[in-house]
Amino acid sequence: MLVNQFLFLAAIIFCIGVYGVVARKNAVLVLMSIELILNSVNLNLVAFSMRNGSVDGQTFALYVIAIAAAEVGVGLGLVLLVYRNRRSISLDDLSEMKG
Amino acid sequence: MFAASEVAHSLSAGWFIEHAWLVPLVPAIAFALIILVGKRLPMKGSEIGIISMITSLVIASGAGYQWIQRVHSGGKETFIAPVVHTWSWWQSAGHTFTIGQSIDGLSIIVLVVVAFISTLVQIYSLEYLRGDRRYTHFFAALTLFSAGMMAMVIAEDMLFLLLGWEIMGLCSFILIGHWWEDDANSRAALKAFFTVRVGDVGLLVGIAILYFSANEWTMKNLGVSGFSIRGISAWALSGEPNSAAILAAAIALFIAAIGKSGQFPLHTWLPDAMAGPTPVSSLLHSSTMVVAGVFLVARLYPVFFTGFDILGTGSNFITVIGGITIVIAAALAFVQNDIKRVLAYSTVSQLGYMMLGLGAGAWMPAVFHIFTHAFFKACLFLCAGSVSHSASHHSFDMKADMGGLRKYMPITFATWIISTLALCGVFPFSGFFSKDEIIDNVGHNGYNTFMIIGLIGAFMTAAYMTRATYLTFFGSPRGASAHHHPHESNWLITVPLILLAVLALGSGLLNASPFGTKWERLNEWVDPRPAVVTTANAPVVVEAHGESVCGTSAPEQGVCFAPELHHAPFKWSKAGLSLAIVLAGILLSWTLSAALYTRKDPRLVGLTQRNPALRVGYTFLTSKYYLDVLYERVIVRSIVGPIAKGAYWFNQKILDGILHSIVFAGKWVAGWVYRNVDQRVVDGAVNNSGNVTRSVGGALQPVQSGRVSQYGALLFSAAAVAALVLVIVNT
Amino acid sequence: MEMLRDENWVLSVGTFLPILGVLVLLIVPKADEKLIKLVALATSIATVGVGVYTLFQFNYQQAGHMQFVAQTNWISVIKSTYYIGIDGISLPLYFLSMVVTLAVVIYSWNHIPAPGNPKAFFILMLVLQTGMAGTFIAQDLILFFVFFELVLLPMYFMIGVWGGANRQYASMKFFLYTMFGSALMLVAFLAIFFKTGAESFSIPYLVEHGGAIAKNVQVWIFAGMFVGFAVKVPMFPFHTWLPDAHTEAPTQGSVILAAILLKLGTYGFVRIAIPILPVAAKQWAPYIGALAVIGIIYGALGCLAQTDMKRLIAFSSVAHMGFVMLGISTLTSFGVNAAVYGMVAHGLITGMLFFIAGSVKERYHTLEISRLGGLLTQMPHLGWILGFASMASLGLPGLAGFWGEFPAILSAYNPAAGLNENVFRVYMVVAAIGTVFAAAYLLWLFQRVAFGEPKGEFANHPYEDVTTVEWIAWTPMLVAILVFGVLPNLLFKVIDPAVHGVLHAFGG
Repeated sequence: MLVNQFLFLAAIIFCIGVYGVVARKNAVLVLMSIELILNSVNLNLVAFSMRNGSVDGQTFALYVIAIAAAEVGVGLGLVLLVYRNRRSISLDDLSEMKG
Repeated sequence: MFAASEVAHSLSAGWFIEHAWLVPLVPAIAFALIILVGKRLPMKGSEIGIISMITSLVIASGAGYQWIQRVHSGGKETFIAPVVHTWSWWQSAGHTFTIGQSIDGLSIIVLVVVAFISTLVQIYSLEYLRGDRRYTHFFAALTLFSAGMMAMVIAEDMLFLLLGWEIMGLCSFILIGHWWEDDANSRAALKAFFTVRVGDVGLLVGIAILYFSANEWTMKNLGVSGFSIRGISAWALSGEPNSAAILAAAIALFIAAIGKSGQFPLHTWLPDAMAGPTPVSSLLHSSTMVVAGVFLVARLYPVFFTGFDILGTGSNFITVIGGITIVIAAALAFVQNDIKRVLAYSTVSQLGYMMLGLGAGAWMPAVFHIFTHAFFKACLFLCAGSVSHSASHHSFDMKADMGGLRKYMPITFATWIISTLALCGVFPFSGFFSKDEIIDNVGHNGYNTFMIIGLIGAFMTAAYMTRATYLTFFGSPRGASAHHHPHESNWLITVPLILLAVLALGSGLLNASPFGTKWERLNEWVDPRPAVVTTANAPVVVEAHGESVCGTSAPEQGVCFAPELHHAPFKWSKAGLSLAIVLAGILLSWTLSAALYTRKDPRLVGLTQRNPALRVGYTFLTSKYYLDVLYERVIVRSIVGPIAKGAYWFNQKILDGILHSIVFAGKWVAGWVYRNVDQRVVDGAVNNSGNVTRSVGGALQPVQSGRVSQYGALLFSAAAVAALVLVIVNT
Repeated sequence: MEMLRDENWVLSVGTFLPILGVLVLLIVPKADEKLIKLVALATSIATVGVGVYTLFQFNYQQAGHMQFVAQTNWISVIKSTYYIGIDGISLPLYFLSMVVTLAVVIYSWNHIPAPGNPKAFFILMLVLQTGMAGTFIAQDLILFFVFFELVLLPMYFMIGVWGGANRQYASMKFFLYTMFGSALMLVAFLAIFFKTGAESFSIPYLVEHGGAIAKNVQVWIFAGMFVGFAVKVPMFPFHTWLPDAHTEAPTQGSVILAAILLKLGTYGFVRIAIPILPVAAKQWAPYIGALAVIGIIYGALGCLAQTDMKRLIAFSSVAHMGFVMLGISTLTSFGVNAAVYGMVAHGLITGMLFFIAGSVKERYHTLEISRLGGLLTQMPHLGWILGFASMASLGLPGLAGFWGEFPAILSAYNPAAGLNENVFRVYMVVAAIGTVFAAAYLLWLFQRVAFGEPKGEFANHPYEDVTTVEWIAWTPMLVAILVFGVLPNLLFKVIDPAVHGVLHAFGG
């Protein structure tokens, strides 16, 4: 089995994720886009792991899943707090870090 | 060991002489006991002191008896080996230092005298110091004092000798300063200790020179270290020593003797030492302390004999110092009003005789004079104490507080007269035999100038003692004696006086050369025989071959421990001359004293004020030749004053000044660096870097939009560019 | 050299036990003074106990060899090891440091100087003890340096916090002087390390290989060490910190300073400078000897100019350490034996004198000699103890001081082969004259302070004579002064073989 298909799929998902991160204003959607990016990486890891016949890639993938879960947890918590304080989750309103 | 091989011969020994080391040890232990428990005892510790002294006296006398047996058991001409016992004391760098006894005639005679006089002085002190506030301390110090002297006397080893020597110095400090509440007393104590200590430099240096010069020779030939007195003696006579080294050692040691024995020019402490209680003066001036210096010279006689070439030249360091001391001290005795000071100067003068004798090769007469002098001088001091105790109400001023006491104090008077006649050297009192022998032998050995000095000294002695006797016991009572019912002292005082007077009268007979050589017992018992002793592999005592080679040239086989000296044959003609001089002195002085003090002859009274020449002389004498002024005002004061202050000024101003200026300079440099380098250059650089950063930041500011999405875009585009670069580079 | 490694825990325990005491003290509340004192006392008693055990286990037949040797890796990057051992030179000083600390702790039972705070005071004292003991057993230059410096800080604080009026100046001077010396010393240590091939800091190794360093290099390295140790001794002209430090320090500080700290310098000469750099030592010896005898006379003159009792005693240390240095400068085992003996004797005697000065000050609140007088009338025991200590200090035979002083003078007559005899004989005479000065200033002090009647301002005041606590603290030292004076071989037989080993480069 060729690894191309997997890489191709992963690239598509990655690009969708990048688009979401850059273009969407809704913080939740940005988070979801990040999940897409991470999972595209997972796909690559698993694919190469299968190809090389070692479990290293799969192990890494498991780590990434775990971290992604944590990241979503923290991220959603932040979003929730932002919403409580501002009644909005539009990222355009959050520009306090402007230099 | 060496000792064992010597004793192995037919010479007899015995328990006492083998255990003579107990003599100083017993009082040393007694000292500790008195300090620890003395105050709780019924007699406040004095009983321990007296018992220990009696014990020492018994052992010393027993040892003396056995020594005489030992001398008799050897031949007439054999060398009588000392009884030696040594123990290893400490080791350092391969050198072993021993402690122990070496008993010969000289040690025995001094030991017996010290033990005897110490015993009597302690008994006397029971009464004299009754009720004193530091009674116990006094007895403790007195006991240790005797122990120190005895330790020095039996010493086999220079270090042990030094130990005894210094212990005496310490005790003299304590005893002279016994009534230290009075500033004058503590000053006198300090002066005594300090002056003696100046001389001690010589002892330290002398011991060091002797040790390192002699050690190799003594180890090789005798198997003892260069501290051993026997070893040093044999070495000095062996022809081995380098003449410069032995001369340096002899000078150094003699300086120590000058300090301790109150010889000119370090005699000034002795009269001041009268500040101590009278029993102390008596002990100090008769048999201990001041005799230590003379003893040192007598003990190490071969060193001085070779070093100063005694008998080889017309005068030497010892005779010159001894001669000067005889005359200047006797002259000072004329202008004293304090009875103890008269006696003190008389002691100095008599010590001069002993030194003169030693310096002129009259070893035996000098030692004999130590022996006789101890009795009559102790007796004289105790008489003075008796007078002040019972008649003059603690005053020692003859002119102001005494006079006419012969009627009230018959025993004191009688003993005083006997001792005075002994001191003056009147036949048949003991002083005659010893002093005359010194003068006689000095002349016989070719020191004619010094013989004349000796005769002048005898005249002066007779004169000043007559003056003192007249002032104290004749005429009519004055001052305190007139007011305070003078009476005879208690038996605790008179018994020691009588015993001493008997010996002052009779002790001369032990070596009475006028009666023929049969009477010269001390010569036989004490004088070491200059016989040659072989030591190397066959330690056999060799008969002396007629005229011994020792003294004039080195022995070829074996070693010898004493130089060959000559004894002058006794001649009545010479003795008659000196007796005549003495009698002239007594008569002249008596006439003048009677005229001056009783009849108040107008031609004499105030003569020293009227005649300018006499006035200058009198002032010169009362000022003690200005030596005290020189020492105290000039030397001590300049050291304590300008020199010490200068050194301290140097310390505070120069050394600390350098330090402070270094610190100050350091601070200044640091300040300059801070202001100019740190603040301008370094801080400038830091500040400038801040400015650069700020402008760069300003340029980049628009990038920081604060929009997350924009950051994301930047991130991904940067990643894309990086990926592109990576791809290009890798292909 | 042969080493004895049995029971190698003994020295570490003896040295670091005080640190354990410090840890315990840290958790004791500050207010509970009784408990603090008890803990400090128990620690020092336990330390002395270990010291006594060391004394008993020490193999006196082998006093020339290092014993109880322990060696483990420590800072392997710079090849420094934790390497300790004890021989006949170290043993007396090591034990002395323990005994003196115990005496000082006992003395502190009711003599905590102002401004109080016994907790900090005892902690510093115990740290000091570890530093002192450690210096005497260290067989590695870096370890030696660490212990040597460990001593500095507690003493700085002790003077700076509990000192007299001028304490800031004195403590700063002490600190800067010693730091200056230490810096040069460290440079010298590093130079030795690199010049012997950067192999090891261990002293036995360096002794074996140090002699091969080129002569002119040795001379310069020795100069660095000389300054470091000479400041500590202190030798003329590096001594000016001493009178100030002593005068301002609290009694306990003065005692420790005089009894032990000064010996670190002379010990450094004997243990490190001379054996490692024998060629340079020979070059330097005449100059060291000259500075030593200058110190003897100069210190004595300084004493004569003093009006303050404590300052006088401080200056007398300069003179007495001059005798020690004179002994060392002869480079003979006879002289170095005398020097080591002198160190122990001076520690006991001068420590004792400072105790007395402290007690006099506590009672009269002054040490101005002209205001004192009649001590013997008011406090006979204290007065006689002063007399005893003065006599010991001026080198009276039969007391400990003599055996340091007299053999040192004697040894100068015959210095090691290759040194100029005439020069050293001049030193001998000067040093002998120094003993006269010693008698002069000590007895003059004694005469002015102890004799006579008490001066008006103190005349009618009842003063307590030597107290029980003082007796307990002082008796061991007084007894030791007497015992070492009567039986010098007790110490000489321990010191001698070790000194012999140290000087083997000079043929003993």
